[in-house]
Amino acid sequence: MSDTTYYKALGVPTSATADDIKRAYRKMARKYHPDVNPGPDADAKFKAAGTAYEVLGDPEKRAAYDRYGADWDQPRQEYDPRQNTRTQGGFAFDERDVNPDMFREFFGQNFGQNFRQDFGRSSMQRDQHARIDIPLEDAITGQRQTLTLQSPQVDATGHVTMQTRTIDLRIPKGVMPGQSLRLKGQGEGGGDLFIEVAFKPHPIYRIDGRDLYVTLPITPWEAALGGKVKMPTPTGPVDLNIPENARNDQKLRLRGRGLPTAQKGDLYAVLQIINPPKLSPKARDLYRELAREQTGNPRSKLGV
Amino acid sequence: MRKASTDGTNVHLIETLSLSELTMFCDVNAEWVVTLVEHGVVTPVTQAAPEWEFTPPHIARARKASRLMRDLGLNFAGVALVLDLIEERDALLRKLTVLETSEFA
Repeated sequence: MSDTTYYKALGVPTSATADDIKRAYRKMARKYHPDVNPGPDADAKFKAAGTAYEVLGDPEKRAAYDRYGADWDQPRQEYDPRQNTRTQGGFAFDERDVNPDMFREFFGQNFGQNFRQDFGRSSMQRDQHARIDIPLEDAITGQRQTLTLQSPQVDATGHVTMQTRTIDLRIPKGVMPGQSLRLKGQGEGGGDLFIEVAFKPHPIYRIDGRDLYVTLPITPWEAALGGKVKMPTPTGPVDLNIPENARNDQKLRLRGRGLPTAQKGDLYAVLQIINPPKLSPKARDLYRELAREQTGNPRSKLGV
Repeated sequence: MRKASTDGTNVHLIETLSLSELTMFCDVNAEWVVTLVEHGVVTPVTQAAPEWEFTPPHIARARKASRLMRDLGLNFAGVALVLDLIEERDALLRKLTVLETSEFA
């Protein structure tokens, strides 16, 4: 056995039965599906499992892979197990040869040509779908991004190779997470290219639809007395008025300071009362005085 | 398709899609979208309008549903449950990040 990459991608031993392989693939697909798993490696793992299963899930291809390794797909003089399934001469997209679903997922392509005909497009036109992860700042200001796309190309011998092309685009200001962009005529053969925009996690802001949330630490005396504190917004710091006797977890809304979408989002400051890590002796004395002055039991609801 | 043009280039932000545009976008047929609406996975802007229109969150959900059904072999009820649970999980993860950043930095 020269190559075990595909077995590793599915996490099975080379001795695995066809059932083991199918089960392992389904499990991987569930776990790493990019719509289910937001982790950074999920997409790559999902695709690797799909590629591996495309070969290992087919007894003939698996036999060829076990014998020849990564080059299993190359034409050979000796017995070629693909002879049964591949059409001779020219390239034909043979559904028996490549699982179309897998193919489509792998290349992020759209094969529904029937609908396209109704809209007066040729069958060479195919919409393509891609996804881009952008920082929050880019959605707020509208930034240029370079997208690298891989498209399958068929060469003269009927082999599919991946062609890489890069597309420069400006992210429109005010895009929402999950919203798509349409690049007319940038798909295959003049079809459209659709780009789903996802947001990278941000160190300060949490994104919920068009609204943003920021956790704002305040001191116990700021919470008790109220007053102005500085808080960050994506377009620069502003003064926030803390109400007197503010509660922990209290949400203060800054209307229209969220994502600049068609209907503007809001920015929420979530107050978090923080004790200073170290008290000066004077501050300690003041706290003692406060303890004598302010009575009341915050634990009365617990029955103690 | 209502869209906002930007920058004079051919990049458009998709604001709404009609039923027929959504079928093309998700590579599905109209019946599929109707069933998705019946399961409450997506909702058109107004049910009564002559042609349904879908907003970005619903467009994103429909496309997610079509991918999940195709890749994981889910049926409509299954994908409806999965999408609800994913949204619940994401909301909990957001809450969790708040709690985890609670320490005095």
